[in-house]
Amino acid sequence: MLRAGLIASVLAAGLGLAAPALAQNTVYIPAILELSGPGAVSGTNFRDGMLLAIEEINAKGGILGKKIDTPILDTQSDAGISRAQIQKVIDNKPYVIIGPVYSGSVLVDMALAAQNEIPEIVGGEAAAITQKGNKYVFRTSFGQQFSMPKIANYIRDGVKAKTVSLLWVNNDFGKGGRDTFKKEMEKRNIKIVADISSESGQTDFSADVVKIKAANADAIFVYLNEEESARFLREAKKQGIKAPLIGETTLLGQKVIDLAQGAAEGVKGHVGLTVDAPVPAVKAFAERFKKKFNYVCDHNGIKGYTAVYFIKYVTEKMGKFDSKLFAQTLHGLTITPKEEPGVLMEATFDQNGDIDRESFLGQVVNGKQKIVEVLPKLGNSK
Amino acid sequence: MASFFQLLVSGLATGAIYALIAVGFTLVWQTSQTINFAQGEFVMLPAFFILAAMNAGAPFWLACLIGIVLSVVILGLLFKFIIVDPMLKYGVLPLVISTIALSLFLKEGAKDFYSSQAQPFPSLVPATDFHVFGIVVSLQSLVVLAAATATVVALHVLLTKTRLGRSMQATAQNPTLARILGIDVNRMVLYTFLINGALVAIASILISPIYLAKFTNGETLGIAAFLAAIIGGFNQVRGAILGGVILGVLDNLSAAYISAQYRGAFPLIILIVVILFRPQGLLGRIEERTV
Amino acid sequence: MSRLGAVVVIAAAIFAVVLPFFLKPFGLYLISMWAVLTVAAIGLNLTLGYAGQVSLAQGAFVGIGAYTVGLLLPIGVPFPIAFVAAGLLCFVVGWILGYPALRVQHHYLAFVTLAFNTLVFLVLRNEEWLTGGTYGINGTPRPTLLGWSTNKPLDFYFLCLGAMVVLAAATWWMLRSPWGRAFVALRENPIRALSLGLDTRRYTLMAFAIGSSLGGLSGALYAPLVQFIEPNSFALGMSFNLLLMVIVGGGGYFFGPFLGALVAVLLPEWMRVTQDYYLMVYAALIMVMMAFCPSGLLGLVDRVGRRLRSGEQGPAAAAFEPQSTPP
Repeated sequence: MLRAGLIASVLAAGLGLAAPALAQNTVYIPAILELSGPGAVSGTNFRDGMLLAIEEINAKGGILGKKIDTPILDTQSDAGISRAQIQKVIDNKPYVIIGPVYSGSVLVDMALAAQNEIPEIVGGEAAAITQKGNKYVFRTSFGQQFSMPKIANYIRDGVKAKTVSLLWVNNDFGKGGRDTFKKEMEKRNIKIVADISSESGQTDFSADVVKIKAANADAIFVYLNEEESARFLREAKKQGIKAPLIGETTLLGQKVIDLAQGAAEGVKGHVGLTVDAPVPAVKAFAERFKKKFNYVCDHNGIKGYTAVYFIKYVTEKMGKFDSKLFAQTLHGLTITPKEEPGVLMEATFDQNGDIDRESFLGQVVNGKQKIVEVLPKLGNSK
Repeated sequence: MASFFQLLVSGLATGAIYALIAVGFTLVWQTSQTINFAQGEFVMLPAFFILAAMNAGAPFWLACLIGIVLSVVILGLLFKFIIVDPMLKYGVLPLVISTIALSLFLKEGAKDFYSSQAQPFPSLVPATDFHVFGIVVSLQSLVVLAAATATVVALHVLLTKTRLGRSMQATAQNPTLARILGIDVNRMVLYTFLINGALVAIASILISPIYLAKFTNGETLGIAAFLAAIIGGFNQVRGAILGGVILGVLDNLSAAYISAQYRGAFPLIILIVVILFRPQGLLGRIEERTV
Repeated sequence: MSRLGAVVVIAAAIFAVVLPFFLKPFGLYLISMWAVLTVAAIGLNLTLGYAGQVSLAQGAFVGIGAYTVGLLLPIGVPFPIAFVAAGLLCFVVGWILGYPALRVQHHYLAFVTLAFNTLVFLVLRNEEWLTGGTYGINGTPRPTLLGWSTNKPLDFYFLCLGAMVVLAAATWWMLRSPWGRAFVALRENPIRALSLGLDTRRYTLMAFAIGSSLGGLSGALYAPLVQFIEPNSFALGMSFNLLLMVIVGGGGYFFGPFLGALVAVLLPEWMRVTQDYYLMVYAALIMVMMAFCPSGLLGLVDRVGRRLRSGEQGPAAAAFEPQSTPP
């Protein structure tokens, strides 16, 4: 019977029976992120940005005198595992949950978080996330329904294109972007002459480039993940594509520029969050990040970093830890860097949990991302 | 038409890489019945050995040498002694599970101990492109094609023209008979593992400048190597070359002319057809089936 | 079954019923996942462990089952009907996939099924009009059966456990029947089975079809458990994982899949104490386990048991030996 008891206790521990000892002077803000599998690049950046913010805040005494306690749980980039992890942290009564980044996982997790009235600050960009009437989900970057109109305007007014070729990666990120982009193009009467899907992790882009060349559009919109963007750019340069290459954050990032080894020259596009933004606070953050983790952070690093500071600001504004009130307070709130330097750039949350910030039009010049125009917040331009 | 040839040439370069990976896979399978589900990760890893050596201050050529040696020792020697040997006598399946676990282990290892971010990798040659009849060929892919072909030809000569090679082939075809003929079977099996260790390192050096070094690179490469090996013929080095080239070219042509969304499906359909109607592969010999 | 074996099984059954009352929703989710995946692993064990046909497509069948339920429930089909439909559909597809097995064996069959799995993945991802494509299907509801709502984690666990027990019992019964003995005969010596007048074609197809339909039924529970399905969940990784469960538990042992699924679901969770390295540690443990008990955990138990009884063959093993005459 002794053995059975032992097995039972081991089993129980593994099944999360034994709650972690939550000290009185910490606040439990768990993070659920893609740290292995195909999402690992985004997840790692997000995590490191978050860790930097937590370290800074805890060094200064934490939030309302409580240190932030953030266990990090890997989803293996899988929705089923992500759901297990969010259940695990919800069982321990978190204050706020951070992550995940993959839209599929976000959709599963946010339903559960909302049921338990716990706010979740996510990295996902799929339009659907904030269209389900969920009162507890908040973004850290533009949803595709906000970024794509900006690109579309740029293609119409900046590039003055009448036709456009579209290359996208066939995962939930790429497909979501492609569908939103297509709608925006139709609204502006710009014709999509080639609509080409590519595989996640694809290495040979010669067929894609051949098709794009054959379509001969005025502009080419590229919506791929970072490494694929770099591989595509090299192939495009090799086969001598002349039409302007337009992209989003994942085409213009410094990492893509470095990986593409010269092939990114002249690429243009819209950047939501970038460490190359002409904002001193962002630049200083990028320096600290580079110093601590020894690599250049991408937009996910900024998302993770600012997520923690959003929590800090809202909590201090409320003066107490109250999950339900947190969600109510953040809706419609504008946070400026003057009030909380850690948010880096002014941000406004709307009633759906969507975030609004300034964004940028950039261009790659001499192997560096150069910001050519600052686009105002959507709220101001309306 | 120019675009057709463009696709053909690009496909050839990709196919040569697949062939290189498939050859090693086939050799190991033939001599030891090891279906190595970690073969893709074997190609992913040497690039990180080399990057680590360069970070430690070694020049590129020395780092490559270190990478190849480490690969032969770890992915050849240690793989055989620690993972394959203890399990060989228990049949194929436990070993399959073990190599699946190994692939996870190597992927996670590269990620945890190096980086989850894709890394630029130095190229053997400068980025120059040639324009011939409207087709663009990069020097890089020519070097890949030449190096892969040279390696495979050298291997073919070794296997068919030398005593050692013939002993290895005899081992692959019939270990019992080989033993009777006085061949040191264990040593021959070991050689194939070492050769595979070297081949994956060479493949890694060739592709990493183009594919970038990343911990997930093995996922597509491993499957591609299986497909190439089976389509071409499991028991022939030439078969693996044919299989690799068919795969590389077919992938490009089907993506361009049939369906980009289903580009992954065409090699699989060919695989199924080949297995059902010519299970020994396009160039393979029929193996006697024991009951 | 030996007396000791019976005691262990009954103890485990009591454990499976009592334990959940002490668990939080996370623990319940994990053991529900265990029950669901065990059903798929039992199916694969039937195809692989008993009939000896290597299949790397079981994950695809879990996917087909999950999508069947995920698509039928929103249009108003009651869960029991959708559940049965998932099983039937997979039975038919599995039967068709069995045909290659009549021509090729072993690793060739493994590669055909591997290719099939990836083809299914591509269809699930690309045919957006039907499957929702990369977006997947969100919010599959948990069923209400005869007024019993399984929306709460504990209720849903008992639904999964109940389904697992019923399906396992059916499989157990089938394996005792002449059919089941024919499967084993097929694995041990197909030529002999043929010479004894066994219709090996039909039994090969049957082994595939029944194994696949169990995969589909597992998927039918997977969709309401996770409440989100996407093509990636049913790619090769799932098939590898199910194969791992069968082999680690002990291929050809009836209770192997139960144990194997327990390892595959719980071990990575336990290893999370090693933080960033948990998947490496898990992978290493699997390799060690395979090196020390290549016939699986139950194979090890069997071996130790036999040694204790000094060479006497255990009755548990005898039940699965091929000497039981095929019909």
